[in-house]
Amino acid sequence: MNDPTWLVPLPVVVPLFGAGLALALYRKPRAQRLISVIALSLVLAASATLLVLADGGPLVVDVGGWAAPVGIDLVADRLSALMLTISSAVTLAVLLYSLAEGDADGDEAAPVSIYHPTYLVLTAGVANAFLSGDLFNIYVGFEILLAASYVLLTLGGTGERIRAGSIYVVVALLSSALFLISIAMIYAATGTVNLAQLAVRLPEIDPGVRLVLQIMLLVAFGIKAAIFPLSAWLPDSYPTAPAPVTAVFAGLLTKVGVYAIIRTQTLLFPEGRLDDVLMWAALATMIIGILGAVAQDDIKRLLSFTLVSHIGYMIFGIALSTTMGWTASIYYVAHHITVQTALFLVVGLIERRGGTTSLDRLGGLAKLAPVLAILFFIPAMNLSGIPPLSGFLGKVGLLQAGVELGTPLAYTLVVGGVVTSLLTLYALVKAWNKAFWQTPPAELPDTRLPGGMIGPTAALVGLGLALTFAGGPLYAYTERAADALKERSPYIDAVLPDGVRGAGESADVVSDEAVIELETPAPEVTP
Amino acid sequence: MIDMSPNIVLVVVIGVLFTVGVYLLLERSLSRVLIGVILIGNGANLLFLISGGAAGKPPIVGDAPVSEMSDPLPQAMVLTAIVITLGMTAFLMAMAYRSWQLHRHDEVQDDVEDRRIARLAAIDEHAFTDRDTEDAGETLDDEAAETRDETDEVLRGAEATASEDAGPADADGDAGSANPEERP
Repeated sequence: MNDPTWLVPLPVVVPLFGAGLALALYRKPRAQRLISVIALSLVLAASATLLVLADGGPLVVDVGGWAAPVGIDLVADRLSALMLTISSAVTLAVLLYSLAEGDADGDEAAPVSIYHPTYLVLTAGVANAFLSGDLFNIYVGFEILLAASYVLLTLGGTGERIRAGSIYVVVALLSSALFLISIAMIYAATGTVNLAQLAVRLPEIDPGVRLVLQIMLLVAFGIKAAIFPLSAWLPDSYPTAPAPVTAVFAGLLTKVGVYAIIRTQTLLFPEGRLDDVLMWAALATMIIGILGAVAQDDIKRLLSFTLVSHIGYMIFGIALSTTMGWTASIYYVAHHITVQTALFLVVGLIERRGGTTSLDRLGGLAKLAPVLAILFFIPAMNLSGIPPLSGFLGKVGLLQAGVELGTPLAYTLVVGGVVTSLLTLYALVKAWNKAFWQTPPAELPDTRLPGGMIGPTAALVGLGLALTFAGGPLYAYTERAADALKERSPYIDAVLPDGVRGAGESADVVSDEAVIELETPAPEVTP
Repeated sequence: MIDMSPNIVLVVVIGVLFTVGVYLLLERSLSRVLIGVILIGNGANLLFLISGGAAGKPPIVGDAPVSEMSDPLPQAMVLTAIVITLGMTAFLMAMAYRSWQLHRHDEVQDDVEDRRIARLAAIDEHAFTDRDTEDAGETLDDEAAETRDETDEVLRGAEATASEDAGPADADGDAGSANPEERP
């Protein structure tokens, strides 16, 4: 038990187990709630421990005892542990929020019995995508979380949700098919799907083929991360779902795509041949996304557009291909997960209080619900990067990294980033004015907001603030993570300790006889 | 090692599956999209299968020399991918059925933003005349009017109730676009 690697599979296994249990207890909503809260708390505890442990070096688990290149690995390095911790904190907060919402609606079955199992499966999928050490397992993680997201998005099966869901599902299926095709082509070219072994073998193949593989992976992940021009599906699908579901989608699902881009770009394709393309894509994502947001008069849609726009910042950091850029990018992802989720939760509260999310029909909320006003104000300012907050730190890091690179394109992006930031401020201030200050066009319903819903929202807003106060240590941590990404060797050595190309034998599982049998006909066992 | 060059027939089959699949994906009817997804999924699985090289002896230790075995890894992965495709197909089918239950058709409808922009364009239209389209017969608006779009009616319905009592509508993600002034 002294070996801490047993912690690594927990974020995947615990929610899956909990989901099975919750599904079996579908007639007992209370037991279901208890199970999901316990499971997610355990995941949060395990991820936080991993966050500390992974700082000493990547933790690797060979699932089923099969050694690296043949078996499936789960790898927790600094990047994945950080993503895991932030995402499990967010999922726990959103779960508590949705529980309180169910209570407040007075209907015990309000989140239908399928809600809890699906939600747990979603977290398991996200954790699997963050932790897995081979491409195919990342694909499986994606499919787990996407399947859960389809169910959550169309929860209840109302006409509007089916309409939004059908576009979302078809786009997601297409991107999954693309991902699968690229995995097949990578396997055909290199004979492996293990990330560490791919990092060793990819430089050996034809550069043209490598470029094709890189493009295919980027397109597949780009759809999931909603990078322009692959982002059109997002602003239409997210706003129709229930508020907690939208919040968790906005916080996590696109970030899983961003994570996959960071992982594959840094580890597999370190030469960065597509950096210029990525920079243009980042610029277009930022500007076009935020212009979309400015044009909206519905808060949910407005926020969905800012989500698209701010993905551009992360891609900008990745495209810089410098340690500074990656540091800022990773920090920005962590910041954005908390802030965007908090904003969507607040909008859920606004919708509850004001009865609508249309800015034209809201008004006067600052007087009616001052707590709500503060809860909206802090993450909104955080998102637009007002100085002391974490969004500012992340943006400054990105701009510095851009200036450090110093190419004309990088400077263009720096300017684009500043403009986007200002436009975000404009869009959010407009929303703020309309929702909180203007005279309400119609009498707003007199409802009380349940404290159980305000609590988790406040906790997430607080987490966003904590990222500011802990900005120094966190930034140092992301810097170490980016260093490891730049070097690549810590990851590869941790997964393939016995040699650069990997032996493909699992000494601790295969009996001596089998090894002899394997070796007598021909010594070469590499796939 | 076994021959790594792929079978040309399989490559052609994969090409055909992808082509037909993409064509069907671009259809508006969800059940055709579903068939497209199935075809693309099968194409991807076949592609995965041949990525392990040509068929060899069964990969059972002791049955054949290792050098003649086929690679079991892609087969294991294809198996997983097939199961996933099956699950997704089932979900998409359920969704197409639900759509049919609700609307008596399973069309994938335009998103709210598209319709909003079309509506704004219609408001602006009388401000200028476009000589290029004058003799083209049917305009895009005529075509749009003919296309059945039930969410539009749902929208109008929601708007009507909203203006009456400003009460919470269940699906008001797009209610903001349904201003009375904006109606053409």
